[in-house]
Amino acid sequence: MTTAIEVISRGLGTGSIYALIALGFVIIYRATRVISFAQPALMLAGAVLVTYLVGPLGFYAAVVVGALGTALLAMVAERVAVRPMIGRPVFTIAIITIGLDVVIRVIAIAFIGTDLPQVGDPWGLKTVDVFGATLEQRHVAMVVITAALVAALFGFLRYTRIGLAMRAASFDQEAAMAQGVSVGAVFAVSWAIAGGLAAIGGVFAASGGAGVAGTMWIIALVALPVIILGGLDSLPGALIAGLFVGVVQSTVAHFQQYFPSWVGGNVAAISPYVLMMIALLVRPYGFFGTREVERV
Amino acid sequence: MSTMVRGRPLLYTSYEAEMALLNTRSKRVWVGVLLVIGAALPFLLTDATLQTFAKAMITAVGVIGLGLLTGYAGQVSLGHAFFIGLGAYTAAVLGGDPEGRRLGFGITELWVWLPAAGLVAALAGLLVAPLAVRLRGLYLAIVTLGLVFVGGHFFNEWRDATGGPGIGRSMPSPTLFGYELGVSDSSFTRDQKLYWLMFGVLVVFALAARNITRSRVGRAFTAIRDRDIAAGVMGVNLTRYKATAFAVSSFYAGCCGALLYVVPGFLAPNGVFNLEVSVLYIAMLLIGGIGTISGAILGAFFITFLPTVTRLIPDVIPFVSASPTEFPNVFILEQVLYGVLVIVFLIFEPRGLFGIWLRLRNYWKTWPFSY
Repeated sequence: MTTAIEVISRGLGTGSIYALIALGFVIIYRATRVISFAQPALMLAGAVLVTYLVGPLGFYAAVVVGALGTALLAMVAERVAVRPMIGRPVFTIAIITIGLDVVIRVIAIAFIGTDLPQVGDPWGLKTVDVFGATLEQRHVAMVVITAALVAALFGFLRYTRIGLAMRAASFDQEAAMAQGVSVGAVFAVSWAIAGGLAAIGGVFAASGGAGVAGTMWIIALVALPVIILGGLDSLPGALIAGLFVGVVQSTVAHFQQYFPSWVGGNVAAISPYVLMMIALLVRPYGFFGTREVERV
Repeated sequence: MSTMVRGRPLLYTSYEAEMALLNTRSKRVWVGVLLVIGAALPFLLTDATLQTFAKAMITAVGVIGLGLLTGYAGQVSLGHAFFIGLGAYTAAVLGGDPEGRRLGFGITELWVWLPAAGLVAALAGLLVAPLAVRLRGLYLAIVTLGLVFVGGHFFNEWRDATGGPGIGRSMPSPTLFGYELGVSDSSFTRDQKLYWLMFGVLVVFALAARNITRSRVGRAFTAIRDRDIAAGVMGVNLTRYKATAFAVSSFYAGCCGALLYVVPGFLAPNGVFNLEVSVLYIAMLLIGGIGTISGAILGAFFITFLPTVTRLIPDVIPFVSASPTEFPNVFILEQVLYGVLVIVFLIFEPRGLFGIWLRLRNYWKTWPFSY
């Protein structure tokens, strides 16, 4: 029982990283109908930014400033590379974001240097006892912060003017424009939110002494099976699927020793992708996504 | 030739003449000239340059394969690296030394292991096809991306066949009907012989691809790309042709993979067949010109020769360093450049290098009258 709680808490911890990045994907998808492959690079850039800020500012202020900085970077990237492409096929825009990903990632990695810079989180590898189970503090903190962020995000979409504009634009872009919604501003805000969330996800991924490494973007890519599972246009779907994938992954890792040897070590790393392929054969539009209607 | 009126190259008097493989005289002339130059290059260039050419040509085979799937049939695939890897390891296992530490069957005859590598990859492509039939666009892209991760895991873990990360295994030395292509002999060097091998393979695969695209299958592919529902209504069997597209494209990828590491002679699984490789192939396709065979070849050459060009940058621009430990160094610049190139080409010239060629050609065709 205590083992189960520990496995689940680890899973929810990593799952909250996936959820944050997946939410970014979904927000951009809802605004522009494009999957932005630049999210992994933004996550890396955010984490790198925080490693530079944490010295002078302290952890929490560094995370806030780092997230804002990454949001700005995302807005600039959107304005420069994505905005000129409006109206072109989504595949083309998706490839543009891959190009953006390469550029941002390579430059961010160049700033990492040769050692692993730390984000200087206060949690480290400290643990806390809950009902006899030993949980890592950082996993608890991640879940709590993610919950707060998600609540703020949903509140923002529900109660602010720009949130209303974002929901309107995702529902019907042309109608929203006709009602005076600045769709350009919606794009910019969507990318900014996605960038900020990615940066915080990056800090989570680098916490606990793991440090910021160039290979960290692999973690962000797991958010892709997550959004497929949750449905591309569903925010609650991204959140639930993110946490679910995290838990599945930690469970698979826990039972690694019982797998036959031919599947190899570290099956947990590919479990999200296998899960996605199985799920897609059953539900091609995810578990919470809107079913696409085919019209001739 | 009798069907073509002299001096009016665009006047076709029969359907056969219009659909011919080389339907204008300038195409015939240019292809002939390029074939002669291509065959003669080993006498003119150093072995090191020939190696880069050989790499570009075999890469072009892979890009043509991706072009058939993504450019002609419109199915976005981020899984090309997986199929290339599958071909590479099939070739390595079939051609490997049976006495060696890794799994090997000792079949060094090229005409056995090259098609076999293609067929294994094609079979894997067929297995993916059911997903492609159910999914469209970006959903498909992400599923094929998953393929790269799952495949990469097994490439890393199946150590008997692949050597495992950081260790790797050697590639077979190709033999064609008993003639050793992988060693220098009295008449030709190893690099010259491998160059001709890759050149021959590229010519065969490019012509085959061109023929596929102007056949019934090719027309079905373009119909699916342009509007798959409409294609289905017109009687194109979607399941069958999407599966065909995946199988053919994977066959090309498998053959490309089988020969890709023959020139260096060695292959290690980590980092060779990952997502970045898939993205690189898409970049080559887009930069060259999507939806054309010659564009795919152009793109492969352009990106393969890009490092050769960027290595010269530190001599020209003083603040760019040639050492990988200093900050604005040439290796970072190289990677950034190809991301930037993808963005710039997509925004300003979506038809890629081929589109630039078209514009130049059309300008000179009507010169001095620009309209």
